[in-house]
Amino acid sequence: MLLKHTTTKIKERSALTVNPAKTCQPIGAMYAALGIHGCLPHSHGSQGCYAYHRSALTRHYKEPVMAATSAFTEGSSVFGGQANLVQAIDNMFTVYKPDVIAVHTTCLSETIGDDIPQIASKAAAGGKVPEGKYVIHANTPSYVGSHVTGFSNMTKAMVDYFAEPGGEKTKTVNIVPGYVEPSDMEEIKRICAAMGIPIIMFPDTSGVLNGPLTGHFKMYPDGGVKIDALKKTGQSMGTLALGNLASSAAGFALDSKCKVPCKVLDLPIGLTGTDMFIDALRTMTGENVPDSLMFERGQMMDIISDMHQYFYGKKVGLVGDPDQLLALTKFLVSLDMVPTHIVTGSPAGKKFEAELREAVKDVPCDVNIKLGGDMYLFHQWVKNDPVDLVIGNTYVKYIAKDEDIPYIRYGFPIYDRIGHSYLPTVGYRGGIMMLEKILNALMDRQDRDATDVNMELVM
Amino acid sequence: MTTIPILKEREEQIYRKGSEPFNMQCEKHSLAGSVSQRACVFCGSRVVLYPVADALHLIHGPIGCAAYTWDIRGALSSGPELHRLSFSTDLQERDVIFGAEKKLYAALTELIEQYQPKAAFVYSTCIVGIIGDDVEAVCRKVGKEAGIPVLPVHSEGFKGTKKDGYKAACDALAQLIGTGETADISPISINIMGEFNIGGEAWMIKDYYRKIGVDVVSIMTGDGRVADIKRAHGAKLNVVQCSGSMTPLAEMMKEKYGIPFIRVSYFGIEDMAKALYDVAEHFPDQPEIMEKAQELVRSEVNRIYPELVKIREQVSGKRAAIYVGGAFKAFSLIKALRNLGMEVVLAGSQTGNEKDYEILRDMCNDGTVILDDANPLELSKYIIEKNADLFIGGVKERPIAYKMGIGFCDHNHERKTPLAGFEGMLNFAKEIFNTVTSPVWQFAPHRSGNEPEQLRNVVIQPSK
Repeated sequence: MLLKHTTTKIKERSALTVNPAKTCQPIGAMYAALGIHGCLPHSHGSQGCYAYHRSALTRHYKEPVMAATSAFTEGSSVFGGQANLVQAIDNMFTVYKPDVIAVHTTCLSETIGDDIPQIASKAAAGGKVPEGKYVIHANTPSYVGSHVTGFSNMTKAMVDYFAEPGGEKTKTVNIVPGYVEPSDMEEIKRICAAMGIPIIMFPDTSGVLNGPLTGHFKMYPDGGVKIDALKKTGQSMGTLALGNLASSAAGFALDSKCKVPCKVLDLPIGLTGTDMFIDALRTMTGENVPDSLMFERGQMMDIISDMHQYFYGKKVGLVGDPDQLLALTKFLVSLDMVPTHIVTGSPAGKKFEAELREAVKDVPCDVNIKLGGDMYLFHQWVKNDPVDLVIGNTYVKYIAKDEDIPYIRYGFPIYDRIGHSYLPTVGYRGGIMMLEKILNALMDRQDRDATDVNMELVM
Repeated sequence: MTTIPILKEREEQIYRKGSEPFNMQCEKHSLAGSVSQRACVFCGSRVVLYPVADALHLIHGPIGCAAYTWDIRGALSSGPELHRLSFSTDLQERDVIFGAEKKLYAALTELIEQYQPKAAFVYSTCIVGIIGDDVEAVCRKVGKEAGIPVLPVHSEGFKGTKKDGYKAACDALAQLIGTGETADISPISINIMGEFNIGGEAWMIKDYYRKIGVDVVSIMTGDGRVADIKRAHGAKLNVVQCSGSMTPLAEMMKEKYGIPFIRVSYFGIEDMAKALYDVAEHFPDQPEIMEKAQELVRSEVNRIYPELVKIREQVSGKRAAIYVGGAFKAFSLIKALRNLGMEVVLAGSQTGNEKDYEILRDMCNDGTVILDDANPLELSKYIIEKNADLFIGGVKERPIAYKMGIGFCDHNHERKTPLAGFEGMLNFAKEIFNTVTSPVWQFAPHRSGNEPEQLRNVVIQPSK
């Protein structure tokens, strides 16, 4: 048992994180930046940071992940990283020819106090930024927030740098999809297309981190939101920001910069989550919901009703990122399941906690909730109060194995299975996939544990 | 014709065998703005010390450094699994402003009390080097109170390259060595150094040495134990693989304890056999060791040879590209691939030194491209130009190979079967065979002849 050290006695820990349920800001910023077409994310820090982020994203997506680094030396950490960044900008535009360089900071460059906009303008003044090319940046100190904060900051930077105020408002809707998978972004685009609504989605990693085998390596895959589209976000009629923590900063920035009204929604996970999203699209644009989407909705409800006897009363332990946890918890409650332990490593704030508490207020047991927690605590809770199902990233598999609990992989990172990049969990179709996963996990377990006498053919 | 620009500063880190002059530049800091495949000092220390399974590994810094190195190395342990957990001081903004020595102290004390480790390694990350926590003093204090060695690892990411991280790890190990009892150590004994037990390889190697009558005092650091490392100075010979990481320690032990060392590789039949013979030669008064070594090599080779021959028939003539961390591994790979009748068309490393590249040059055929600290564009360009069928590399290289529609073998942390030793050579050959002959490649555009013509004509040109 790999986690044999986990004790049932819970002690308050202030100085120590054991088996983290979050990681640091820069990787979220890198992921967001990869959702701009022709963008080379740039890590302004030591060489290790970006190597780790690239490795982690590569393991999760099984795709090449391109990014560059300022490759700090001892000298740069004493005298500042200006020289490194100016040289880096020059080198990148010369060798790798991106349309945009998206610089994110690290704990190192934040602490020594490098001023990225100032350095970038120095590079531009020195003729290092070719005509029609851009350098954008986000401050992403690793000791503040989590990877979700980094995603949010880089997404907001897209607004700060590109969105152009003024001009006639168009019928286009901006969608900030949240820190979700490329498959989810693809599904959101499909739903909007089905409703006949033109959208600008940013970031958009579909076609970047779930690309095809083409026979050659492409530094910049075909996907990603285009710069021209980002510029036009200021003329859109409204913005839907999906997931408060990951997306609202960009949505509100667009509102204050370009007077584009922003509505913040949960991630469109589950029946009601998707209903809210589609209804917001309908209200904002006046478009009708097409039969094709109503058909999918009906299918999803059909599955829930067919199988509801397998859901009710089942206790679930969840660990992951805040926006996902909130939407998923609501979904599980609507299935009559019982979210029992909910842990995120991200310091997601009181408002989030209140919303989560509200979502589980009618659940027939005490619900453990921890923000800024870790997997160790989650495991302790599961040990003390066992559940029927755990949902979380790949690291949760050790808990599932030790405690012999059915388990669904969900979140970041997933290093040991495929599917998340290709099959969505948002929308009605994504909901059906989630239902299938939950049922498979529970029913496989029932079959595994059934005696010969109790083994059932029809379930 | 498509061109891939290459910076002037990097021109001399690329060499084509047969061309003149040979003036390979290496051991340079990566250029800012490069998409290098390298990592940092912390990464170097972390991978070297990680396999010490009964030690506590506490990462002092913001959460990322601990999160990204949590259980990512398939270094197996036959007992404790403490090394596979992730411990971090998870530094926050206030810690960065006011310092985090107290937090470190509290974290260490709590961890040692709960897990009762045999030693603790405390890794400094970038930020610690900047805010100036006196990690050494905290370690000393906790070490005294807890009665175990608490060793600071000076692995601030920006203080050099991965190699400097190896050095910092060696320094930490050096503090353990010499503190254990050596009275009962056999006069025919070695330390296995630079072997990390990925996929259980150290077990295999140790078993070979045991069979020829040589005792292994410690393995650094595969399936590592603090108690073994403490008495490593009692061994009569240090046998160093992965020379990049462990040579500093071997040199230190030579100086301080008079223990000589030899460099070996356990990869491929030739090098594995040589590793056994070289050790046997070190004990000339015991001729039976050499006899047993010869007998072992004979029986192992006889066992795997028939299967190797069959595989060789299938893969002979295929072309391989190699891009690995240390150059020493590349030497072994070239020999092993030649044994399979394959040709190496590209050989590169992240951290090779001048001497390494000279050896590489001498080993390679004319036309082979030799690269130092390459980027994905260069790698992909030469792989296509050289029409490689196989790419051998690490985690970041794998998807690049697959995108181009060629086979891949991970010769790094993510290997799933042992590739060292005789058995490992057979595993390696099977893996090569399976990936190179996979039916999936026939559907890839590269193989079906649908490949866009311009890709064949890509050239690399100096940009300025």
